[in-house]
Amino acid sequence: MADPEIKSWEPHHASKSAAVTESRPARAVLMAIAFVFLAVFLLLPLIIVFKEAFAKGIGTYLESLGDADTRSAIHLTLLVAAISVPLNIVFGISAAWAIAKFEFKGKAFLTTLIDLPFSVSPVISGLVYVLLFGAQGLLGEWLKAHGIQILFAVPGIVLATVFVTFPFVARELIPLMQEQGNGDEEAALSLGASGWQTFWYVTLPNVKWGLLYGVLLCNARAMGEFGAVSVVSGHIRGLTNTMPLHVEILYNEYNAVGAFAVASLLAGLALVTLVLKTLLEMRYGAELAATRGH
Amino acid sequence: MTTASAQAGWRFKQPSVIPGFGLTLGFSLAYLTLIILIPLSGLIWRSAALGWPEFWAIATDRRTVNALQISFGTAFVAAAVNVVFGTLVAWVLVRYRFPGRRIVDAMVDLPFALPTAVAGIALTTLYAPNGWIGHLLAPLGIKVAYTPLGILIALIFIGLPFVVRTVQPIMEEIDKEVEEAAATLGASRFQIITRVLFPGLAPAIITGFSLAFARGVGEYGSVIFIAGNLPYKSEIAPLLIVIRLEEYNYPAATAIAAIMLALSFLMLLIVNLVQTWSRKRYG
Repeated sequence: MADPEIKSWEPHHASKSAAVTESRPARAVLMAIAFVFLAVFLLLPLIIVFKEAFAKGIGTYLESLGDADTRSAIHLTLLVAAISVPLNIVFGISAAWAIAKFEFKGKAFLTTLIDLPFSVSPVISGLVYVLLFGAQGLLGEWLKAHGIQILFAVPGIVLATVFVTFPFVARELIPLMQEQGNGDEEAALSLGASGWQTFWYVTLPNVKWGLLYGVLLCNARAMGEFGAVSVVSGHIRGLTNTMPLHVEILYNEYNAVGAFAVASLLAGLALVTLVLKTLLEMRYGAELAATRGH
Repeated sequence: MTTASAQAGWRFKQPSVIPGFGLTLGFSLAYLTLIILIPLSGLIWRSAALGWPEFWAIATDRRTVNALQISFGTAFVAAAVNVVFGTLVAWVLVRYRFPGRRIVDAMVDLPFALPTAVAGIALTTLYAPNGWIGHLLAPLGIKVAYTPLGILIALIFIGLPFVVRTVQPIMEEIDKEVEEAAATLGASRFQIITRVLFPGLAPAIITGFSLAFARGVGEYGSVIFIAGNLPYKSEIAPLLIVIRLEEYNYPAATAIAAIMLALSFLMLLIVNLVQTWSRKRYG
């Protein structure tokens, strides 16, 4: 299996080789170390999820996924993602429009604030809502008097999820829209398009792949979030248990097959996310933001 | 346009023909304030309301101190390990061509995409004494699962893509001519790597380190399964917050969270200073 590209890195003169690239044995050693490291830290955890999930055959696997509590956890996870991802899409587009299309004071500070949730521990992201809405919280009394349940219920789980997935869409769109500049929009406006038409027919088609990229990452995190949701959910089986929380419960009950069966669905989601992300990068790399951090 | 506004003096926003500034900025600020700023200031307000003596008592409690030491210590070591291996992985991905490189490249993002709870139970199963890796280490007397070493493994897993994805794009931009010039001038490969390539990569490596470190300090889901969670020994700070919350000890949970936030921001500040220094030194 001679990869033709391998040749292109071969130096033309043996005397040059030692300086401009590593010697053949050195390259082999570096690659071997990298592959072993990646295999141990990334590949094995992925394999073990599916191995454990099917440890007692496909029948037991399907049976554990058919469990009523598991199915309600799947429903809740889908519901929470279906609410929190669109919220962050609207915010991401709105923030990107304001930041990328205009010059105003405090823009850099605002951009920093948008990234803030990434530097806060997920547990703290959940805790802040407990302090706000909990029985001893600032709004606790008022909420209780009005019979509104936020904590240990779907609204709390959605809020915590929105908090941790807050930056994903915005941080994808901001650099992309900054790169594209205002030329297209100014042309559309000068031809008589309304602001809304300009956004819908000019800006959105320009950023659609970048938007999809951000949504993909946002959704993966929304469905997989554990720490923040764990703090606000109250772990009520069949009611406020999302899939990651259900994995924990089953695992702690020594139901390994059940835990890994649910985990395999989440791992499948991760794999689909990675494949779509890679396809987007390969196919539309130029139409995604050039500054690809993570 | 810029000169016109400069003549006009201070201006919040530069003039533009594009509509929607008020709407989008207003909505973004309102959303940011409601979801992030008010809840976070609630935390700061609650911890300030504790009063100094109570705050100090919680902060100097041995269990709190140990949990913070474990969280920050393991996150630091894990980030350092990731700097070494992450830079190596980035180098192999950028400089060498091999079949399946695209797949390996995509795999690096797995820790971003895989839910932390899934990573937690998978790593625990691998490193348990009877697990695939654990049973190889057991005869050597190395116990990983249910020890601080387990925390380290989980944090290495979580932090790896931060280093690779920060260093990789900078490595791709390196002009090969610089290396060739150094080689023509008689530098050895080792000298080129340490004197020519490394200085250019240093700021990216520091950024990758700080991102991996920050993520590791706050990490919860992947760690709690493998750590064993023994107070004073393998109990991380985020877990202690959860435990205090479950005991309805809101003051302690709040204080520990406030300390973690303060230390994280201090860390970011130091990293920024080191960044500035390294840009001056090498830039």
